[in-house]
Amino acid sequence: MRNLVNLFWKYQFTLLFLLLEFVAFALIVQYNKVHKARFLNMSSAVAGSVYQATNNITDYFTLKRINRELARENAKLRTMSKDVFIKYRGELVSIDDTLYKQQYKYLGAKVVNSTTNRRNNILILDRGRNQGVEPESGIICANGIVGVIKDVSANYCSAISVLHKNTRISASIKKNNYYGILKWDGKDPQYATLADIPKHVPLALGDQLITRGSSAIFPAGIGIGTIAMFEAIPGSNFYYVKVKLSTDFRNLSYVYVIKNLLKEEQLELEATFEDD
Amino acid sequence: MISPVLHNVLRFFFLIVLQVLILNNINLGGFINPYLYVLFILMLPMETPGWLVLLSAFFLGLGIDVFMQTLGIHVAASVFMAYCRQYVLRLLSPREGYDFGLQPSIRDMGFVWYLSFAGILILLHHCLLFFVEVFRFSEFFSTMGRVMLSAFFTLLLVVLSQFLAYKKSQ
Repeated sequence: MRNLVNLFWKYQFTLLFLLLEFVAFALIVQYNKVHKARFLNMSSAVAGSVYQATNNITDYFTLKRINRELARENAKLRTMSKDVFIKYRGELVSIDDTLYKQQYKYLGAKVVNSTTNRRNNILILDRGRNQGVEPESGIICANGIVGVIKDVSANYCSAISVLHKNTRISASIKKNNYYGILKWDGKDPQYATLADIPKHVPLALGDQLITRGSSAIFPAGIGIGTIAMFEAIPGSNFYYVKVKLSTDFRNLSYVYVIKNLLKEEQLELEATFEDD
Repeated sequence: MISPVLHNVLRFFFLIVLQVLILNNINLGGFINPYLYVLFILMLPMETPGWLVLLSAFFLGLGIDVFMQTLGIHVAASVFMAYCRQYVLRLLSPREGYDFGLQPSIRDMGFVWYLSFAGILILLHHCLLFFVEVFRFSEFFSTMGRVMLSAFFTLLLVVLSQFLAYKKSQ
């Protein structure tokens, strides 16, 4: 211990210089937007490539499970394709002339790193600006919603997961369309809370929650979870609803980033609300 | 006479005010900015302990940054310059070392000595300043050009100020 103190004392000038210079750089990166952005870009590129390299090795341990899940999802998607349906009543032919305009595009991505044991959990995905990812895009997986993209660098992006204190996702109850805001209280990674459900709404355990589609981030109808518990909050007109999330955040691997092609149009229209 | 400490403190504030109110508006050719405030570090007495030079450079840079809304950039450059000051002094010291009470000025140390002392330190300071401001190495030569030109003008102003500051006690 004394040797360490002696060392500090001997090099005090240089050490003080390094300390002050470090403080100066911390100030620069914190308070200047250009420097902050470039620093975050560089550091996320470095971190992303390190995670990618370790993932190349650890992936082999989960191959079997991933394959099984992908096969199951393939089966589910095949059943939803149009060829599977037969014409039931042949004599009445209604010609559906609606032109389908593609609103959502899905981009497959792999989760390179994720956390679930903190108050604010984030994910790093291996797609970035070069693959067309934009900030504020939603992320879903085969089971449900995952999170929202926050920062994007050239080949990686970081996202806040549903398990984050800033999560606010508009969720509606499938059977009766009443909607509320999904938040996470930081306690259990399998459960989230739904706020703003008034007491007159009929709820039952196991009711399914889906996204409302009111933000431009998630399309409507994506599964979120089921109601695990609800009780009236004393002294207010609302329920406290606990939701079991259908996504298991602890073994996320393949996810889809949602690109909303009509996002700007919807956001512009919504902005007219705030003006009055 | 006023004590050297008070003298330096007054110089500290005077140079910050001079820099932000007047000199920041001098923008020759659109990209040359003289930074005269580094004169404070140059004029600190030689016996000032190293840590004091570093700390006062830190606060000097901070003072400038607060006015220029570029928090941290001038701090980084000034602290670096203060660090190098000790080594430059040792490098340029005359054979018997510096006498006590000697001031780093043209009057005490001679024109050539002062030119090299101030020149090296100003160049280092401006280098760090401009490169950190741009935060990349891709436009190396144009940034280096700005460094050289601004350093030249700052050096010019510093030498001029030397004649102004020490004329009275001649």
